[in-house]
Amino acid sequence: MVVRCEDVWREISNYLEGEVDPTLRTAMEEHFRECKHCASVLEGTRNVIQLYGDERMSEVPLGFSHRLQRRLEENTVPARRTFLGWMVAAAATVLVAGSFELARSVSRHPELRSEHARSGHGVPPGMMVIVATDGKTFHVHGCPFIHDKAHLQTITAGQAMREGYVPCVRCMKKYLS
Amino acid sequence: MPEELNVLGGPAAQFNEEVLIRRIRDGEGDLFYELIRPYERRVFAAALAILRNEADAEDAAQEAMLKAFRHIRQFRAESRFSTWLIQITVNEARMRRRKEHAEIMEPIVDRQDEEGNYVPRDFADWREIPLETLERKEVREKLAEALASLGEKYREVFVLRDMQQLSIEETAKALGISTASVKIRLLRARLMLRDLLAPGLDGGWSSKFSFAKGAKPW
Repeated sequence: MVVRCEDVWREISNYLEGEVDPTLRTAMEEHFRECKHCASVLEGTRNVIQLYGDERMSEVPLGFSHRLQRRLEENTVPARRTFLGWMVAAAATVLVAGSFELARSVSRHPELRSEHARSGHGVPPGMMVIVATDGKTFHVHGCPFIHDKAHLQTITAGQAMREGYVPCVRCMKKYLS
Repeated sequence: MPEELNVLGGPAAQFNEEVLIRRIRDGEGDLFYELIRPYERRVFAAALAILRNEADAEDAAQEAMLKAFRHIRQFRAESRFSTWLIQITVNEARMRRRKEHAEIMEPIVDRQDEEGNYVPRDFADWREIPLETLERKEVREKLAEALASLGEKYREVFVLRDMQQLSIEETAKALGISTASVKIRLLRARLMLRDLLAPGLDGGWSSKFSFAKGAKPW
């Protein structure tokens, strides 16, 4: 196989990439041995690739990494809150959660665990109450009418109401008017 | 060059990268710099190839890396993280370039179509430019100047393939062009750079780069 200079120039890049078939490669190598011009083109192209591929050619400006890190820190790490900030955020969360629970308690009427009991009104949904797993009522801490003391759980009033527990007629009396 | 690629993309590095990506997705945003640190040079070089201005390139590179962080959940492991990152950088830089209407300033060579073969202009014996000369800032600047004088489409391909060591396929993907186009543009870019750097043509270095007559920068 004989190749002309034009063929060599067209394929020189692929040749350097190792992407020409063996027959063409042999023919090109033979051509380079005989043609000084094409050998010069090959050497120059190879030198160009070598020079620009050197990592010294991909330098970043002075301080680049530092500036980049600073910008990333500002945007990728959650801002640290002050104590006051945390308190405000916590209060807001409680308020939002409270209203959500209230809305749910108003909008949904779960099946009550006791046919005779009455559901309460205005029980703060975030209030922690005591229930017995198999019981029917929820109580405030220390209520003397808590039965089955072996299986007690502390949950929110909102959750207790969703699960059909009803307020204790003694300790939660004020919510049963 | 391929060795460097292996170091960056080797199995251990890739595993480490996967772990980092998972942890960042799970909320450890402060690890993101660790993830992109090996690529910051490449990202900057890719932005610079398009914008040709260091300040703009730095800003575009930073923005691209932030976009990568914000969209890290969209990264699919079937492509390399570096390719994905470069792709975002290319898009960011191109977008900025379009905004600035910089194409008006594009050198005439960019408007050459890809039809027809590029014919080398200088056949004089190539005088090797040794790698050691890259230690000298003026040599690096002259090479950068030659690169900057190429049209954008040639510059982009050359930078991604020959400077960033992306494969032909990855370069095509990053630029949204076919592998055939990558090959044609790469051939032209390499030959054009060779012609630009070849001594002796139209006065060679002395006229092109305003060196003292007859003197070379190395």
